[in-house]
Amino acid sequence: MKQRSYLALEGIGVTFPTPKGPFTAIRDIDLSIDKGEFVALIGHSGCGKSTLLNIIAGLTKPSRGVVFLDGDVVDKPGTDRAVIFQDHSLLPWLTVEENVRLAVDKVMTGKPRAERRDWVMHNLELVQMAHSAAKRPAELSGGMKQRVGIARAIAMSPRVLLMDEPFGALDALTRASLQDAVMAIQAQLNNTVVMITHDVDEAVLLADRVMMMTNGPAATIGEDLAIKLPRPRNRIEMADTPDYNHARHEILHFLHQRFSNPTDKAA
Amino acid sequence: MSSSVRLVTASEDQPENGTILPKAEIIPYPGARPAAAERSARLDISPLLERLRNVALTILPTLLMLFALLMVWEILCSGEDATFPAPSKVWTESHEVIMHPLKGVEIDGLGFKIQDGGDVGIAGHILTSLARVAFGFSLSALFGIALGILIGTSRFAYRALDPLFQILRTVPPLAWLPISLAIFQQAQPSAIFLIFITAIWPVILNTAAGVQNIPMTYRNVAKVLSLNPVEYFLKIMLPATVPHMFTGLRIGIGMSWLAIVAAEMVQGGTGIGFFIWDSYNSSLLTDTIVALVWIGLIGFSLDRIVGWIGRRVARQA
Repeated sequence: MKQRSYLALEGIGVTFPTPKGPFTAIRDIDLSIDKGEFVALIGHSGCGKSTLLNIIAGLTKPSRGVVFLDGDVVDKPGTDRAVIFQDHSLLPWLTVEENVRLAVDKVMTGKPRAERRDWVMHNLELVQMAHSAAKRPAELSGGMKQRVGIARAIAMSPRVLLMDEPFGALDALTRASLQDAVMAIQAQLNNTVVMITHDVDEAVLLADRVMMMTNGPAATIGEDLAIKLPRPRNRIEMADTPDYNHARHEILHFLHQRFSNPTDKAA
Repeated sequence: MSSSVRLVTASEDQPENGTILPKAEIIPYPGARPAAAERSARLDISPLLERLRNVALTILPTLLMLFALLMVWEILCSGEDATFPAPSKVWTESHEVIMHPLKGVEIDGLGFKIQDGGDVGIAGHILTSLARVAFGFSLSALFGIALGILIGTSRFAYRALDPLFQILRTVPPLAWLPISLAIFQQAQPSAIFLIFITAIWPVILNTAAGVQNIPMTYRNVAKVLSLNPVEYFLKIMLPATVPHMFTGLRIGIGMSWLAIVAAEMVQGGTGIGFFIWDSYNSSLLTDTIVALVWIGLIGFSLDRIVGWIGRRVARQA
């Protein structure tokens, strides 16, 4: 038997029954991700990339195929796979600290109260949000809420960190500062990350590998591009390097020539 | 400091090329002047005065309108053959009722005691009615929230019970009275049942709607954090549903206040509803008008109190 990767998706497919007959959203997805690898999934809207992330999270059950994490089959949600949602999904009735504590209390059961508290504050410091620990989400800007969302996820010390278009709802400048924050955290923690994005620069800047998805229905992974840029990466210095531009060009070519936006074709 | 970028078309630089290349040129922008110094001069009005001004501006229109209405009423009903008493007549004829609302009521540190059978002031009747509402409404809040959570969580319970609730909620409070009297035989418990059965429907239906409308994102968070059913109930469902619950409770308290007056009018004995019925039978129309003002003010206060508690709880939850 061959050795499985840390996170392995084998033959994943999703088919829904519809009145017009079965509809295949994604098919034949095989993906092997090593421990500590940062993988970006990129594709047009509706290509099923969120479905794929939900399958890894255990929120959606695939019609075919299996997900293995460190050798175990994934079939339901669990605290070993933290999700950073696009809409941050903080609970509005809890303070920043309590939001993170809710997650920490679930993963650090049996640890003394003071230790859990310190761990919450440590993670809020990692995302530079310790100063707002007592505030409620409604008092924070979009970028700050997502920082707390990141703190909640990494505080769970997950085996895999799943990000569902984490910066999609933010403006370009805020997005850049959060991308820098994620890179800084990743340099320290070296998490295994699967990130969904539709931003080419974001994919190239953050990821070790970019998976490009073909258009749905029956979408699958069309290309697997390794980004061999040295770390730590700096967005300004990188912008002019040939490797960066080459990677960017490859993805743009895939997204806009080989598999251009399906709605453009329909128009 | 700040800079502005101006696009300059450099047509003169390369005329022979034919193509016009845009050239970005950064021109320094004069540094921003501190605006704080100019603004501070206007902040002299003290915050207390500012608040008083705002309160006055809110209340003044209401007071003016009230005054105007009383004037119109006074003028319209001032004739000799007027069938309806003018405000001045209400003041003189019901002077005793207005000035001595607490007659026959003993209030001590813990609660109040109302004289039996005797001549009781209007506040005494109001207190009797309020005690009934407090009891009946507490029951409907308790059972209403429990049933609401049940039909909000279980699809089966929803399909089984929702049609029944939808039909029963349209039954007017007074229509329950004969049934209530037949079951309980006595005035006090049947009045409480009447309040209960009137106020429970909005509580059930709003709570259920709140539970059903818990956003998908919160449920996904609960799944990712692997919250167990008890944790989900306490940490997600209850806080997420509190605003809806209090919408139902607020409608419910209003309806129970409507129901108590109707119930007491028919049953007699004590309470503000009885007071109205009694004054009507004694041809004391001015007393009825005083009672209406009391009922309105108390109903308004109840609504505001429940609304206020709701906001407090929602903030804390």
